[in-house]
Amino acid sequence: MTTAKEWPLWEVFIRSRDGLHHKHAGSLHAPDAELAIQNARDLYTRRSEGVSIWVVPSADIVASEPADKDSLFDPAASKVYRHPTFYTVPDEVTNI
Amino acid sequence: MAGSDSSQQGSDRPELVAAPDEAAMETAFQARIDAETRIEPRDWMPDKYRKFMIRQISQHAHSEYVGMLPEGNWITRAPTLRRKAALLAKIQDEAGHAAYLYSAAETLGTTRDQTLEDLHSGKAKYSSIFNYPVLTWADIGTIGWLVDGAAIVNQVALCRTSYGPYARAMVRICKEESFHQRQGFEIITTLAHGAPEQKEMAQDALNRWWWPALMMFGPHDADSPNSEIAFKWKVKRQSNDQLRQRFVDMTVPQAEFLGLKVPDPDLTWNAETGHYDFGPIDWDEFWRVVKGDGLCNRDRLAARRTAHEDGAWVRDAAMAHAAKKRAAKQDAA
Amino acid sequence: MTASATDHDAALFRYLLRLGDTSHVLCHRLGEWCGHGPIMEEDIALTNVALDLIGQARLFYQYAGEVEGKGRSEDELAFLRPERDFNNLLLVEQPNGDYAHTMARQFLFDAWNLLLFRGLAQSKDARIAEIAAKAVKEITYHRRHSSSWVIRMGDGTEVSRTRIVAAFEQLMGFTPEFFHMDDIDRQMAEAGIGPDLAALRDPWMADVEAVLAEATLDWPSATWSVMGGRHEGRHTEHLGHLLAEMQSTQRQYPGLNW
Repeated sequence: MTTAKEWPLWEVFIRSRDGLHHKHAGSLHAPDAELAIQNARDLYTRRSEGVSIWVVPSADIVASEPADKDSLFDPAASKVYRHPTFYTVPDEVTNI
Repeated sequence: MAGSDSSQQGSDRPELVAAPDEAAMETAFQARIDAETRIEPRDWMPDKYRKFMIRQISQHAHSEYVGMLPEGNWITRAPTLRRKAALLAKIQDEAGHAAYLYSAAETLGTTRDQTLEDLHSGKAKYSSIFNYPVLTWADIGTIGWLVDGAAIVNQVALCRTSYGPYARAMVRICKEESFHQRQGFEIITTLAHGAPEQKEMAQDALNRWWWPALMMFGPHDADSPNSEIAFKWKVKRQSNDQLRQRFVDMTVPQAEFLGLKVPDPDLTWNAETGHYDFGPIDWDEFWRVVKGDGLCNRDRLAARRTAHEDGAWVRDAAMAHAAKKRAAKQDAA
Repeated sequence: MTASATDHDAALFRYLLRLGDTSHVLCHRLGEWCGHGPIMEEDIALTNVALDLIGQARLFYQYAGEVEGKGRSEDELAFLRPERDFNNLLLVEQPNGDYAHTMARQFLFDAWNLLLFRGLAQSKDARIAEIAAKAVKEITYHRRHSSSWVIRMGDGTEVSRTRIVAAFEQLMGFTPEFFHMDDIDRQMAEAGIGPDLAALRDPWMADVEAVLAEATLDWPSATWSVMGGRHEGRHTEHLGHLLAEMQSTQRQYPGLNW
């Protein structure tokens, strides 16, 4: 007899130390949130990689379409005025 | 990231998403590969690439998973507590590596259950090295030294493979595996510098594992039908023979340090090429073991099938309980 | 050295062996699962528990060797003592059985072990207190893992329920040994080295009852009880086979370094 239904997939996000963002670490299978947290702890923090874990059902992740990449992200490339290096400040002026 | 392929149902902009023709997309895909841009799960990719990656990644995952068994054979007989802890941790890592790799395969639209079914049915392969028996404690040291050593040479090369999730899994795996080879080498060093019967045990293990370790890199380039496409897609960046040569060059001085003799009468240093020349590999044996005539093929597969089948009620119970909990929560709401 | 100090050390040595043997034998049983678990995530989880247990065992054996003062190493204590000299709980030497059996064994043990180690963390013996303070965190997690599985199996499917009920029936009779004290245990409790084991019974029962209730299970009906491993080295027949395997390399090649 094999199981009718596979355990669902979860995405795991780990905060490596306090003060940092949670970062995507990978995914795993678990039947529920409790075991997803436990499995994430055992799978992704065996070498002290984390101080906090988020788990999210993979099916609940909404992602942008790769086909939209150009229209979503290319327009930002031309807005150089959003970066400090766009502006000229006289050499003798400091602390700006 | 897996499983998040939203289908954009009811999109009201059909003319904008009309697919360009396949050939143009394939050209654009190849251009991305050539520009060293990683391919990510939801990117368009040729069907052949998807199938190739699923095959390669799941084969790799199966090797990690099945690879737990030969070493697991010695957990209960490890000679010291320190060695037992290290061996447990190493085999646990292998389960972890299998999990990372099955997840990477899942990003390509397969499920872990499907992938495992291919393993259980014998359709999918795993590294043939695990069909050899692990007979003495020296084998545990030798597996760490040679088998993990060879795996690391292969895997370091895969850290820059073109498929993003696979490359990321490999980076993590390589980082974690750095202790595996060292624990093996420490074991074999202790034996090689130990009592005569321990040294003999170490030499016997080297005699049995040397050639199978060289076979881990796969057939010669000329006999490796998948190599050309693997290079084109930058799945591989170095050939089987190149990687094998690097392994031999690294390992022979280590054997000399240990005072052990590599079981190859043709092994000589070639000052001209700056590499070791080594004798012919018995490819008949390689294919025999791949095709089922290794000492442990049947045991390995039976162990994996049994674990999966015996575990079915456990996995089912967890799913049933989760469903009950969800239902109770909805009732309460 | 005064007579009473010698007596104290002899008792402490034996007490430490009980702790070390129990942790190591259970680690050994969990190690048998490695590669054969119901899903790879559980292989990883169980191995983590096994690794915590072997870490605890090593610290107790090392300390025991020092207290004994005969220069015996952790490995000599683990691999070269005969069965009758082993003082693990009978529960932990029981074979793994199915996953329900393993989880029931683990939960019954974890619930007790957590109480024991909370007590040991208050030990007047600084070394034991230090080992226990670290281990309490580990065991808290073990209990969380095993109790969650008892609940899943009890309140899962008909099959899982039948199996977990059978497991508790087969194992509950080994638990009275948790709370039974001999002279050594009493001596250690009076000296403030370890907790009063008899006093752990009520909080243990409360914990187990609560988890069984959440698992929608009744307290097992089995009324039998056996003991003898922890105090007298009088074991079930399973330990001899376990040790034959565990000690085989050391016994085949006496006196070598590995």
